[in-house]
Amino acid sequence: MFDVAKIKRDFPVLQQEINGKPVAYLDSAASSQLPRQVMEAMSRYYETSHANVHRGVHTLAERATSAYEEAREKTARFINAPLPQNIIFTRGTTEALNLVAYAYGLHKLQAGDGVIVTLLDHHSNLVPWQQIAKLRNANLYMVELTDEGLLNMDQFRSYLKQGNIKVVAVTHASNVMGTITPIKDIIRDAHQAGAVVVVDAAQSAPHMKIDVQELDADFLAVSGHKMLGPTGIGFLYGKGKLLDSMEPFQMGGSMIGLVNYFESNWAEVPARFEAGTPNIVGAVGLAAGIDYLTALGMEQVEQHERQLLAYAWDRLSQVEGIALYGPREPRTGLIAFNVDDTHPHDVSTVLDAEGVAVRAGHHCAQPLHKWLHTAATNRASFYIYNDQQDIDRLVSALQRVKEMFGYVAR
Amino acid sequence: MSLDSLYQDVILDHYKKPRNVGKIDNYDVGMELANPTCGDVIGIHLKLDDEGKVADAKFHGHGCSISQSSASMLTVKVKGKKVEEARQLIADFYEMMKGSEGDYSKLGELQALQGVAKYPVRIKCATLAWKALEQGLDKKEGVNDGESQ
Ligand SMILES: Cc1ncc(COP(=O)(O)O)c(C=O)c1O
Ligand SMILES: [Zn+2]
Repeated sequence: MFDVAKIKRDFPVLQQEINGKPVAYLDSAASSQLPRQVMEAMSRYYETSHANVHRGVHTLAERATSAYEEAREKTARFINAPLPQNIIFTRGTTEALNLVAYAYGLHKLQAGDGVIVTLLDHHSNLVPWQQIAKLRNANLYMVELTDEGLLNMDQFRSYLKQGNIKVVAVTHASNVMGTITPIKDIIRDAHQAGAVVVVDAAQSAPHMKIDVQELDADFLAVSGHKMLGPTGIGFLYGKGKLLDSMEPFQMGGSMIGLVNYFESNWAEVPARFEAGTPNIVGAVGLAAGIDYLTALGMEQVEQHERQLLAYAWDRLSQVEGIALYGPREPRTGLIAFNVDDTHPHDVSTVLDAEGVAVRAGHHCAQPLHKWLHTAATNRASFYIYNDQQDIDRLVSALQRVKEMFGYVAR
Repeated sequence: MSLDSLYQDVILDHYKKPRNVGKIDNYDVGMELANPTCGDVIGIHLKLDDEGKVADAKFHGHGCSISQSSASMLTVKVKGKKVEEARQLIADFYEMMKGSEGDYSKLGELQALQGVAKYPVRIKCATLAWKALEQGLDKKEGVNDGESQ
């Protein structure tokens, strides 16, 4: 059974009051909270095993290295990557996506080649490709949305038919619309057209079972801080033969083979892409978060969120003057909304006073907000420690918003 | 810090019934600024008379209640003021937003925004119109190429 009350007790930050009220944390899509088990794993590492990795032969260096490499193995298993070497630790999704753009895109794209991006993409999967396309004189194609907020697959396929598409950068789950994209179809079609697919899984990997081999994804990027881990750690999955063929992203220690006066060669993958001292304790924390999620079971996590989502959709739909963005299905556990014409900043300030934490703004998706004809939205997002009561709190706090601002006619 | 001290009636009143909304053709001072984190946009236009006093002031833009009410109150306040006086108001307003103790009675109804100083993420909303005014004046007077502090 999925025991939310028990889970909640593992999260110290959720035990406190904010503005005199227990906290209803509905902003896990921005950053999730950390269970005690993750924090303990990190301090245990510092108390017993800390040193630099891959550099010393003393016992602590040995322990640090195995802690770091065990984290890589766990991460690989979590998404069913064939080998630990398919996992490159990064600062997060943003760095992972930039790694692909620079280490793959910059070297492999030529003038006239095409890159497909989508309107659901976070700036971190869009802007690097804008930049690489400019540097390489390649063309960028934007897949827009249907009225419901699904990817326009006809438009996608017509771009593929042009014959020049080399890269497809696509989001698995939108951080604004909640839309889950038909990622398997996208990958299959892209492969038939000879393109590689870069999947932004920042909003999917924390919430559902991902199997990179079943998806046949070429690259897949994830952030640890959205899945119970600390900030500053995430990873890129890449297919072995792609990673092996790539030039490094950053240069420095650990990523070299032989260094001569005027040139050097590169270490094997994944070291080639991990220049400098990595975030060792971050990897340890990420792995502990994976352990926590695995013990719950990703199917159960997904099931729990689906129930919460259904409840929240239902309750929010009944709030007068509310606009909910994106499709009802297929959707991940988040809902972006606006109430009357009240600006999201005012909404979230009032909600905060009621102890309810939501995100307000353009959520790093400006082109999408332009398409929605709104400068900003509020977003409530759900995770393993949320329950129906959190949603009830949100709904009643929205009544407070309406009392204060509701009758503004603009 | 209670919500009511942030969203005082004066603020909600200026938000719901903003004063001096619009643009001025042939303005003497004009600047539009955006607050990238929350998407607030404010433009301030001033018309000066022969003695260098503000003959008319208007604002345009969109955003949250704090940014819009601050702009609305600004336009009311600067009308009839000399440029030096307007600059003094800007300085006083910034000081108030830092949360410094002091006598801000010269700011009149703008004192209602004093509570914003306790909400660090909203200070930029309150100061946006004032930054626009400051940069507009700087541009007009050739100071700093329009850079603000
Ligand atoms: C869909 C999506 N992609 C990418 C990112 C960027 O992640 P990070 O800031 O951890 O690099 C986020 C989170 O902000 C996101 O929601
Ligand atoms: Zn604002």
